[in-house]
Amino acid sequence: MTSTALSTISSQAAANRLLLRRKRAERRFQLYGILAISAAVGFLIVFLASIVSRGYMGFVQTEVQLTVNFDAELIEAGSYRTILRTSLAELFPDAGSSRAERRALAGMVSAGTVFVLRETVEADPAIAGTVQDVWVLASDPVDQFYKGRIDAALPEGERPISDASLARIAALEEAGRIALRFNRSFFSRGDSRNPEEAGILGAIVGSALALLVTLVVSFPIGVMTAVYLEAFAPRNRITRLIEININNLAAVPSIVFGLLGLAVFLNVFGLPRSAPVSGGLVLSLMTLPTIIISSRAAIRAVPPSFAEAAMGLGASRVQAIFHHVLPVAAPGTLTGAIIGMAQALGETAPLLMMGMVAFVVEVPGGFTDPSTVLPAQVYLWADSPERGFAEKTAAAIIVLLGFLLVMNGLAVYLRRKFEKQW
Amino acid sequence: MLSYLPLLIIVLFGVGAFYASRARIGAAAEQPLPGLPGHYGWYGTLWTVVPATLVYAVWAVIDGQIIRGIVLSDYPGLSDAEATLLFVSIENAAAGVMTEDVPMASVELLRKLEHLSTAARFAVVTAVSVLGFFWGWRRIRPELTARDRVETALLVALFIASIIAILTTVGIVLSLVVETFRFFQLVSPFEFFFGLEWSPQIALREDQVAASGAFGAVPVFAGTLLITVIAMLVAGPIGLMSAIYLAEYAHPRVRAVIKPLLEILAGIPTVVYGFFAALVLAPSMRNLGVDLGLTISSESALAAGLIMGIMIIPFVSSLSDDIMTSVPMSLREGSYGLGATASETIKRVVLPAATPGIVGAFMLAISRAIGETMIVVMAAGLAANLTANPFEAVTTVTVQIATLLVGDHEFDSEKTMAAFALGLTLFFVTLALNVVALRVVQKYSERYD
Repeated sequence: MTSTALSTISSQAAANRLLLRRKRAERRFQLYGILAISAAVGFLIVFLASIVSRGYMGFVQTEVQLTVNFDAELIEAGSYRTILRTSLAELFPDAGSSRAERRALAGMVSAGTVFVLRETVEADPAIAGTVQDVWVLASDPVDQFYKGRIDAALPEGERPISDASLARIAALEEAGRIALRFNRSFFSRGDSRNPEEAGILGAIVGSALALLVTLVVSFPIGVMTAVYLEAFAPRNRITRLIEININNLAAVPSIVFGLLGLAVFLNVFGLPRSAPVSGGLVLSLMTLPTIIISSRAAIRAVPPSFAEAAMGLGASRVQAIFHHVLPVAAPGTLTGAIIGMAQALGETAPLLMMGMVAFVVEVPGGFTDPSTVLPAQVYLWADSPERGFAEKTAAAIIVLLGFLLVMNGLAVYLRRKFEKQW
Repeated sequence: MLSYLPLLIIVLFGVGAFYASRARIGAAAEQPLPGLPGHYGWYGTLWTVVPATLVYAVWAVIDGQIIRGIVLSDYPGLSDAEATLLFVSIENAAAGVMTEDVPMASVELLRKLEHLSTAARFAVVTAVSVLGFFWGWRRIRPELTARDRVETALLVALFIASIIAILTTVGIVLSLVVETFRFFQLVSPFEFFFGLEWSPQIALREDQVAASGAFGAVPVFAGTLLITVIAMLVAGPIGLMSAIYLAEYAHPRVRAVIKPLLEILAGIPTVVYGFFAALVLAPSMRNLGVDLGLTISSESALAAGLIMGIMIIPFVSSLSDDIMTSVPMSLREGSYGLGATASETIKRVVLPAATPGIVGAFMLAISRAIGETMIVVMAAGLAANLTANPFEAVTTVTVQIATLLVGDHEFDSEKTMAAFALGLTLFFVTLALNVVALRVVQKYSERYD
């Protein structure tokens, strides 16, 4: 009896130990899950934080206030370079007039300042002969230093800005002639070789034009396909073939669509390279499966009784579908279209092939003008070695993510608002 | 702009035809009609618009060829390439771009023919539209079964729209196969699939160093595989464990927040990941390597693979999550009733039941990783190293396609054709993965009643 009791006790203890181990295993397993989710969400946070911290400074720009003497004679002669040089020399009277010194002074402001001065005069000819205070963009090294991205403690040879320039910046600061201002040119210009002048308006317009082509092509075709497959298609081999094709197209890597566009749209049909119309067509082939699949789901969600009731009152099947089913399914198809457009907006790889990753200064004015798109602009700037472009890249990413957020938010809102269970 | 004028005419005539036809039947109707007045309107519009649009489209496609033939008929005995060159320079001169040595007679001829074509197209399209309208107008009588006719036309349009999916696939396969076939006439398939040397730089001049390109794609495939394996080592465990936690443990409210958060990862444009991998992760990893005494290339496979792994987490987690939630509660309850803990239930009951779906999810994620372009273009290298060392730079299929085809190239060079051969390989591998994944899910899924 004692031995039985002992063995009961020992087996009880063993069972307890086992139970403890199993509970620990249970907690460990849960912990793995929490760790996995924390890793993914943590990455997302680090990722967004790093981009915002790199990019928010891209929305402001260091500007320098010059006192410009718009000498009528010099304007007549078109010597804006001399006008600029004079005003810089007045600002820094201590600088010598040697060639190197003059170049160092000119290097304080953006290389495009001369053109800005000319544009100022052309916009307002009455300015000739007067003396004006003008805020102009600082050059990239000055801008980066003023934003604190360059360490002044480094030896002179290891930073892109000289001691003399640092002294001048300090002098400007004392006079209140240097300041961070909202970066208007970022939103009003196309690309530029000078980071301080580069803007994303060209890329935004290019993206808008390409997306317009995509929407106009893929939305009607997508909805028509969905209506056909859901409501009219006979169950036969062709229908099955179409369905298999759509599902496969949804999984084809985007770069393959670029190859298709290059071989067919550019080389066979002779559409223009780098143009929103060709890029938009490729993107519409890519978004077509997304729109078809979500439109089909939306149409399927409408109860058959809607169509049946209409047909019972004498409507034809076409009338029943187009007058009664499609309007009910419209929010769902629209949601699919918006999500498809958001995908197309973020897509870069097929556009590489269509020549839309290009240095384009002019803001495109039409569907056949050379242009680039937002993600392509990000890609281009990320490759540029100048310091200022790193900041511009991150700023452009923030703009891109902003657009995507708005589009996806709209899709979610539509879905929530119109989602109904019949 | 002038060339769009016929389209404008077509649209205006179409609108007019609608109202005219509807008014005609409205005036004639006494008895019940086999269609609403609007159907008669559409009937008129269709006759006015469709034939004219077809004529316009056909004209737009063939008139360039005809004009080219007439202009070049003055120059017999040119090779294809010479003819193309000559015609392009004539076109440029006609468009006002200054070029030298262009025969002005041909330029004048081209301009004249183009004007003639535009004017003639305008006249013909307008005529066809008017004729079509009257053809339809004459047939509009109360006996006309307008509703049936219009609806049949609509169904034909719907069918044509749905054929575009097939056409796209055919277009992809044809364009890839044609170029690949030409490539394999220059480079043997055996060399392409089994060669160990990849350096597709074709010499611009005859005497250039390394003049002959090498097209052995094994290093490229190996690089793709290495980066995909790294990505799956990240995405597999994280994605699967997240899915398990979300499906089995998480409170519905937590789940409602976390699931969309994870899906954001799939919605971020890949170029943004590329930026992060190339400009944030890679430099800090190289510095870390210096501290640890390792040589980590600034374009290491590791950086690209890690980031790609993060990107495909949602592809693993979402599908796995869906599959696990669809495992019926009674299976879990049976396991609990036998005394199993939650984790034991998951490991011994839920996961085995969900295995086909999870395998499918992994395969879809792998196919995503193989086809992903921007991350590797920005963060992985161009040099085709045959290595399994994740700290070295490797290249991938998509990187090679992108770099071989970006910029202006002669379209006939081996380089561009090699890109299409890589593209075909990529297309078939991803297609196979997707088809197999779908099959696995369909065939081996448990059915619960």
